[in-house]
Amino acid sequence: MTQWSGYFGLILQGALVTIELTLMGSVLALIMAFLAGLGRLSRFFAIRALATAYIEFFRGTSIFVQLFWAYFVLPFVGISLTPLQAGVLALGLNVGAYGAEVVRGAIQSIGREQYEACIAVNLGRWQAMRHVILPQALLVMLPTFGNNAIELLKATAVVSLISLTDLTFQAQVVRSQTGNTLVPFTTILVIYFTLALIISWGVRSLERRMARGLDGVRV
Amino acid sequence: MEWDWNFVWEIMPTLIEGVKITILATLLGSVLAAIVGLAIALARRSPNKGLSRSVGFLAEFIRGTPLLVQLYFIFYVLPDIGILLPPLVAGVIGLGLHYGTYTAEVYRAGIDNVPRGQWEAAKACNLNARQTWTHIIMPQAIPPMIPALANYFIAMFKETPLLSAITVLELMNQAKSVANTYYRYVEPMTLVGAFFLVISLFSVVLLRWLERRYGRIEK
Repeated sequence: MTQWSGYFGLILQGALVTIELTLMGSVLALIMAFLAGLGRLSRFFAIRALATAYIEFFRGTSIFVQLFWAYFVLPFVGISLTPLQAGVLALGLNVGAYGAEVVRGAIQSIGREQYEACIAVNLGRWQAMRHVILPQALLVMLPTFGNNAIELLKATAVVSLISLTDLTFQAQVVRSQTGNTLVPFTTILVIYFTLALIISWGVRSLERRMARGLDGVRV
Repeated sequence: MEWDWNFVWEIMPTLIEGVKITILATLLGSVLAAIVGLAIALARRSPNKGLSRSVGFLAEFIRGTPLLVQLYFIFYVLPDIGILLPPLVAGVIGLGLHYGTYTAEVYRAGIDNVPRGQWEAAKACNLNARQTWTHIIMPQAIPPMIPALANYFIAMFKETPLLSAITVLELMNQAKSVANTYYRYVEPMTLVGAFFLVISLFSVVLLRWLERRYGRIEK
């Protein structure tokens, strides 16, 4: 019999890398989503154009191509990234571009009367955004952000192809060392699915928390 | 390292070979995804609770796990139980199954969006189940689905580079092999990115047109 416990440890190490990547990628994605999402609603043409270009570029090319580009092409222009840095960068920028559209859509979904009320009580643009629009828009964004986080988790599998030792990479190691295919791949499929369930559960409970106190305000 | 146009023209024929496979995989994958999605959507509507629950769980599972790992699973595990698939076939099955779980949601939303009154009216006119579907429900449900389905097919197109991981000689794989032969990554990787970007930008125009022509599914 093969020593499964050792191999299982290997896969757990991979799971940690996957979780680490997902968390760091999500933070970067969240920052980019708000920057670009608000940028698209800017008053200034240059900022709008920049945000649109970013969004279209990263949504238009696939994550895989972006990752390879970050890892193989950037060194030639003098920027050398470790696989982890390249992974976080590509994942964060890619999912951030999708998130930006969510931010924009959510902010635009807030009714005109809210903006008019802000003007009526003499709030500045930033104050209106900060105290009135965003608190309501955040709740609209949350479910889609949850889906985006799951997409990001799934996309992390791609980093195994630039030799980052995540779940998928470790499963390949186990496969090549034991010759067994069913056990490692089924194990990591279950782990990925469990992580996805944890994310969707977390987002749902966060949503319940944030919706508290807003009953009756929103339809 | 600067951009070399001569090298670009030299590798172009190889890349075009890859483009053909990429497009073929997308087309076949789309057809499969459309069929699988319909099967899943119908199974989930089935009065048989066991069937609808188990298909529902399976679809959730496929949607919550990375396509890359599913491709590995099909490519490495199935041969062990005697099913030997050529890489392209394995890739198309992976794409079709994965995106089938997404298109299933499109079908579900499309069917659910037909107002209850239509079902009741069909019953009142004494139409049988087949007549209700072919004459009343489907003509109203299908047009709004088209843009949403097209959206997923475009998403699938952007995921085809993953097939390179299971040795399908599509665009990404051709670019990688060219890059490894000449040890020049800048041109092949950038060309792949540019190719996907151009097709995606065109497809955005196509999607807008489809949405104008057929409307979209309201959530």
